[in-house]
Amino acid sequence: MRTLILLLSFLAATATAGENRIFLKDRPGKNQVVAQCAMCHSLDYITAHAAMLDRAGWEKTVGKMIGSMGAPINNADKQVIIDYLAQNYGK
Amino acid sequence: MVDRRHFIKNTAGGLAALGGLTLLQRSGLAAATGNGQATIPDALPGKEALIKQTYRPPNYETPINYFDTPFTPNNQFFVRYHNAVIPEVKPGEWRLRIGGDAIRTPLEFSLEQLRKDFEHVEIAALCLCSGNRRGAFEPPVPGLQWGSGAMGNALWRGVRLKDVLAGAGIDKSALEVSLAGADSGVLPTTPNFVKSLPLAKALDQNTLIAFEMNGEPLPHWNGFPARLIIPGWTATYWLKHLTALNVISEPFDGFWMKNAYRIPKDRFPGGQFGSQETETTMPITEILVNSLITNLEDGQTLPNAKTIEIKGVAWDSGNGIAKVEVSADGGGNWQQAALKQDYGRFSWRQWHSVFEPKHPGQYRIMARATSHSGATQPLEPVPNPSGYHHNAVQKITIRLV
Repeated sequence: MRTLILLLSFLAATATAGENRIFLKDRPGKNQVVAQCAMCHSLDYITAHAAMLDRAGWEKTVGKMIGSMGAPINNADKQVIIDYLAQNYGK
Repeated sequence: MVDRRHFIKNTAGGLAALGGLTLLQRSGLAAATGNGQATIPDALPGKEALIKQTYRPPNYETPINYFDTPFTPNNQFFVRYHNAVIPEVKPGEWRLRIGGDAIRTPLEFSLEQLRKDFEHVEIAALCLCSGNRRGAFEPPVPGLQWGSGAMGNALWRGVRLKDVLAGAGIDKSALEVSLAGADSGVLPTTPNFVKSLPLAKALDQNTLIAFEMNGEPLPHWNGFPARLIIPGWTATYWLKHLTALNVISEPFDGFWMKNAYRIPKDRFPGGQFGSQETETTMPITEILVNSLITNLEDGQTLPNAKTIEIKGVAWDSGNGIAKVEVSADGGGNWQQAALKQDYGRFSWRQWHSVFEPKHPGQYRIMARATSHSGATQPLEPVPNPSGYHHNAVQKITIRLV
């Protein structure tokens, strides 16, 4: 419980109210995308790149988040996330 | 400060393990169905509504119609962060640490010492994001899709970096100075936004540690209580919430130097950073000559009049602006604009022009700046993988009715 309170106070401190207005498409994989990506950044980073990256582009981006930015995403989730992004926000 | 950062990192690091999704949904972070929006106005605390690119980390650009004053007001100044944890620094607790393997004596300064111990200098300088106008590249280049407002001109007051470093005793082996700030990523595994400068640029008399902007303390979102000012170089080196400077004998090899903010070698004029260059790429450094029309927008309809005013700003890396030419017929005829007051070679220069339309209809307006070095804007932007240095002549169409 104590951890939960601390966690919510952290989210309240860093997340901005405006983030509620970002909507991702409700398709399979969205849960993993939200859980993994929104840990570090708002989801407008995704919507802003809609139709700009093809599958290879999204693969490269997710790979950068894991390899360079230190995102702790396992291989199974990585594949789900790439599929979701390529299918719903791909070029 | 450090304690808080560790606390945040540890707490957030537990997110995934705790079943982060449920918690994110409760916190309002999770997204619902629908479509995203490209850009919307939104105000950060202490700022007027700016054009929001991303909420977290916060990236906001200034609407171009705010660029009608020589100095961009602090509450309208653009905001750009790479990492989302941005502590509110308490000025009494803030310390600047000077270290590295190429100094003899590590030093530490409080804000008061910095203000008291060194000569104060004020410089007017343009702070320009490397990726300004990225959104105008065709085909699109991934990255924040900035319009023309990821920049601002301000009067920066602070102390010279070279004066501050002098007391540390710089060794002959010194090659670069690495720059670190108080902001960090959410996870401990995320690299901090750390940059480096060639020693010569760090010791340039115009390189400042600034604590004031336009006569006021730096706003939180622009680097309170102290940030670096590197006049003539793009803003990626203008570290905010500065906390550490390390004078080092080897090239700094962090992500933000080795992998990001790089341009193909020999494609753009000017700017060198020998210790960070590879055979094919180099860090972006000097700002290119550029201009922006600030009182008209592409596609705008105006009532026909005897004279139509065209206003804007022009800038370069510090040679100064020699002339700005304006065309109202798509580049057939050019006339020289009047340059307004000169606030120094690193400031942008406001300019002003009028044309007399012969009849109502469509007019193709262009503006082209030339610096004192003779450099001028290209008609098309120079392609590069990260979409930096967009300095093409603007072409906008207005309709007079």
